[in-house]
Amino acid sequence: MNTSPIAQLIQKIIKQGWMGKSFLLLITLLAVWRLVVALQENPILFLQQVVNGLQLGFVYALIALGYTMVYGIVRLINFAHGDVFMVGAFVSFYSITRFQLHTWAERLFPAMPDGVSLIIGALTVMAASMVACALLAVVIERIAYKPLRNAPRISALITAIGVSFFLEYFAALNFVFSPNFITYRRPIEVVTWAIGPGGITTLGGGIAPPPGTILISNIALIIILTSIILMFGLQFIVQKTRIGKAMRSVAYDKQTARLMGINTDAIISTTFAIGAALAGAAGMLYAIAFSQIFFWMGIIPGLKSFVAAVLGGIGSIPGAFIGALIMGQAEVISAAYISTPLRDAIAFSILIIVLLVRPTGIFGEPEREKA
Amino acid sequence: MSKRLLVVFSFLIVASMLLGACGPAGSAGGDTIKVAILAPLSGPVPTFGVSTRDGILMAIEEWNAKGGVLGKQIEAIVADSQCTADPAVNAANKVIDQDQVHYIIGEVCSSASIPVSEIAEQKGVVQISPTSTNPSVTLNPDGSTKNYIFRACFIDPFQGLVMAKFALSQGKQTAFIMFDQGNDYVLGLAEAFEASFTAGGGTIVGKEAYTGQDTDFSAILTKVADSQADVLFIPDYYNVVNLVATQAKERGVTSTLMGGDGWDSSDLDLAAADGGFFSNHYSAEDTRPVVQEFVSRYEAKYGSKPDALATLGYDAANLLLAAIEKAGEDDPAKVKDALASLQYDAVSGTITFDEFHNPIKAAAIMQVKDGKVIFADSIAP
Amino acid sequence: MTKKFSKSTLWFLGASILAYAVLEILISTQILNTFWNTIIRIGGVMAIVSIGLNLIYGFNGQFSLGQWGFYAIGAYAAADVTYRWSINKSADGLVVLFLATTLSGIVILWLRKKLANIRGLDPLSAFTIYLAATIIMSALAWWVGIAVTPAVTGALNILPAPVAMQVVFVIAVLLSAILAAEISFLFGLPILSLGSDYFGIATLGFSIIVKILLDNSDTLLGFVEMKGARGMVGIPKETSLFWVFFFLVVSVVLVRNLLRSSYGRAIISVREDEIAAKAMGIDIAEYKILAFVLGSFLAGLAGGLYAHINGFLHPNTFNFIKSFDPMIIIVFGGLGSITGTVFAAFAWALILEGVLRLFLPQGFETWRFVVYPLLLLVTMLLRPKGIFGEYEIPFLRQILPPIRKPAETPENNSTVEAQS
Repeated sequence: MNTSPIAQLIQKIIKQGWMGKSFLLLITLLAVWRLVVALQENPILFLQQVVNGLQLGFVYALIALGYTMVYGIVRLINFAHGDVFMVGAFVSFYSITRFQLHTWAERLFPAMPDGVSLIIGALTVMAASMVACALLAVVIERIAYKPLRNAPRISALITAIGVSFFLEYFAALNFVFSPNFITYRRPIEVVTWAIGPGGITTLGGGIAPPPGTILISNIALIIILTSIILMFGLQFIVQKTRIGKAMRSVAYDKQTARLMGINTDAIISTTFAIGAALAGAAGMLYAIAFSQIFFWMGIIPGLKSFVAAVLGGIGSIPGAFIGALIMGQAEVISAAYISTPLRDAIAFSILIIVLLVRPTGIFGEPEREKA
Repeated sequence: MSKRLLVVFSFLIVASMLLGACGPAGSAGGDTIKVAILAPLSGPVPTFGVSTRDGILMAIEEWNAKGGVLGKQIEAIVADSQCTADPAVNAANKVIDQDQVHYIIGEVCSSASIPVSEIAEQKGVVQISPTSTNPSVTLNPDGSTKNYIFRACFIDPFQGLVMAKFALSQGKQTAFIMFDQGNDYVLGLAEAFEASFTAGGGTIVGKEAYTGQDTDFSAILTKVADSQADVLFIPDYYNVVNLVATQAKERGVTSTLMGGDGWDSSDLDLAAADGGFFSNHYSAEDTRPVVQEFVSRYEAKYGSKPDALATLGYDAANLLLAAIEKAGEDDPAKVKDALASLQYDAVSGTITFDEFHNPIKAAAIMQVKDGKVIFADSIAP
Repeated sequence: MTKKFSKSTLWFLGASILAYAVLEILISTQILNTFWNTIIRIGGVMAIVSIGLNLIYGFNGQFSLGQWGFYAIGAYAAADVTYRWSINKSADGLVVLFLATTLSGIVILWLRKKLANIRGLDPLSAFTIYLAATIIMSALAWWVGIAVTPAVTGALNILPAPVAMQVVFVIAVLLSAILAAEISFLFGLPILSLGSDYFGIATLGFSIIVKILLDNSDTLLGFVEMKGARGMVGIPKETSLFWVFFFLVVSVVLVRNLLRSSYGRAIISVREDEIAAKAMGIDIAEYKILAFVLGSFLAGLAGGLYAHINGFLHPNTFNFIKSFDPMIIIVFGGLGSITGTVFAAFAWALILEGVLRLFLPQGFETWRFVVYPLLLLVTMLLRPKGIFGEYEIPFLRQILPPIRKPAETPENNSTVEAQS
């Protein structure tokens, strides 16, 4: 055994894991250096990109909340969640174009101020798609997941993939929804504000924004506001209500929960319904944000939101939220300052690196040993 | 239990194979001319496949109403090829081996047309792709032309060149290019535009990639707004253009949007793309009867204006059927020669084929203005 | 010699040869045309990928969605080698890949011995060391390879052209499988320490990253002939039914023999109960990586074969949505059943591409993907453990049946259960 000081040092470095740590550190430093350079070059542009990332992150957060909820309780990666989200977008589309649901308040009470009736109308549309999605999810749960509750977990995952395919291609049939890209008419007009040292100006009609300003639209504000409200609402349901308590107990130990007199089947159905309702709301907001709906629209946002939920520590509601924000920033910032072709590759590399450092995500609890 | 299952399943599958193998092959020949349509009817872009198929079917119906070709009715066989190599190969093999067709119209995407073209070439089946712009569709890897393969659309370099010329003639000096890194159609146009635009004295101030499934373009568009380019060149299909144009407005982008024939669709968001220019195969304002008849008939039949895919599908079918008639015989070897020397008055202009089996035709430049698409310019090859 | 083979072995080999012979006869008599021929070959390739995944997931319990990424790596690597041989008339791809894989392989094996002496080495550090070593070796391989190429090209040219092509093809397929295995080793080293679902997501990320790199293979990776998203053309179509059958049988025998060995029992014990396995003195990390590397080897092998079926590769084929296909196949056939996997792979290809294509009437082409998930759902609901469950034909059966926990309670949501 060689015991010279240098050899000992090398042994120590290797043993304490410094090689791996310095490797990660090197990558992180490179990225940080790139961002600092970018910030110095054009701080306003950088800030604008951060705002862009924030908006995207909140969109992901909406979907990720539903994912994390279902996973937390039944440990099922519900691949159909993204497609329920798609159905939500389509339902809101049809309730606007076919049934004019967003104008019912205005038609019924013409005296009401425009703003109020619009808000009521938009909320009604959202409620419609939330209810539709919740119903759909309960049906899916009953038909496709419940019979498999005692089967290996992977069987349920495969049926989830099956349900996902089915929803997509069924929705693409002409008499169901449509195989086409549909332009979504927003119930709300878009207003973009340019915020800068010179105050706030409203943008419109192809006028370039004044230099040195940051742009933010009312749509972005609505999305940010809604996802914050929904997150706190969800947190409230899970933490403070009786049903939330039951959910947590089912998540913790299903059999014991049943022994304690909890109707686990009903609780699981409720979980699916709540998760799907969130997806319905997300679908509508997503459609408003991007003004295009399509039968495959759920796949990629669904995947990325799921990844965001994993990043934050799956099963944790604040975790999903934070994970989604990180995912949004990772995508936008890497597209802006590192490489656009590698945008998704970088986002997924971040996921892998975070998992290496914290194997159960940022907010995830270490998995319990089996008793 | 499982053993019996194994036997039963094996038997079922072998039986269905043999049934499939023997069944349709027996009914070959007959008094119809079979034409196969390969289009992506499932997968990510069924809407493109449906448009193309509708265009092709309309042409075939018109010929059948006129009494068919060579006195025989034309039978269309539609196969789903998903815009992907494997299903496209299977679909092609199916129509060639099982249905015994001699003519294929399709596929839409180059990434599916290329493997199909190799099969068609090998088996001596005439293939005309309505919309595949990749040069490799009609060319062998060594640069020679495939005998049996044709296309009805421009190849990538041409539209890029046209739009670069047009942008420069409009006094545009700087351009920003956005392209889908996973789509060879978009990639080809972007590269050709870049080359021609810089050769003509313009400057490319930025070039950014995205993927076909992206919906959020805020990072790139913020860069575009910052670069203050005169032109934002986005040669993608209308669905992406809609997303980009909408978000560009919200990001304070004032550049003129420009693109290729992928824009041509009744689903293009005219309000968002207002002020944009794109190259196209024809102008709906063209007074030639073939154009006017096509547009009005298509609208009557399908309830919307034809998009570029439907137009090219229609042209491709017409070209093929005219060539069969010219050859005077249901023989792919003769039809391919007829097609190579054909001159046909199609919707997208009077078409002849060059030595690489690409059509020679002029491009129209269209402008989106006040909720309408109007003719702006015409540029000959 | 024959005494060494048991009855079931002879049965298996006989049946395989018979099946192959019957198929060849049917093809030569044109009863089975190119349509069916292609589908059968695709089915065989899918069977090989799925056997690999079954080893990783079905037998070792590691929920991997990265199989498709290794399949893509194998396909593109093999295609590049044969492309350079058939179009550029140069063996440079073959030589460089050979040197890179063997040198890296030797160094990895050497380092493993050395690093095994260091106790408490964390996987990330090990990963860094291996990564540095393989990068150095690949650079060396490149440098030496370019120098040696003309000699090898000359030597191969002595053979008649078709024979040389076949030789290059088979070596290329094997090398690309080794390449996939080595990459999976590097990647699996840090990742395999993650919990099951987290491992799944990390491997899914890997598949997606591979796809993005392939989209930009001509610009970012510098392989101009791969043409990025334009699709790689000009790959010789060398994958005949014989090669698919040959490699499929080899894969089945390989996995079967592995599982019958002490290694195999250790691999299965990791799936059954990690803690108990650890208590028995089984090095869990070691067996996880063994299964992962072998599974990826088979994925790379299948990829190499796939590339030479159509002679065309496009990154969209390696889209993450398709990465669920092998997973669907192994669950469909029965997790932990090789018989089921092989059978399900062929059934999958024949039903989805063959039967549904033929028997759906005109105008209903789009219904193919409505019917397919319904079939999947119904099968899963009727037979939640897959069509075959854990049934194996006698040749593939374990000598000792795997010991199962009595009355497993899947309702309990804990790590250990999650991997069963």
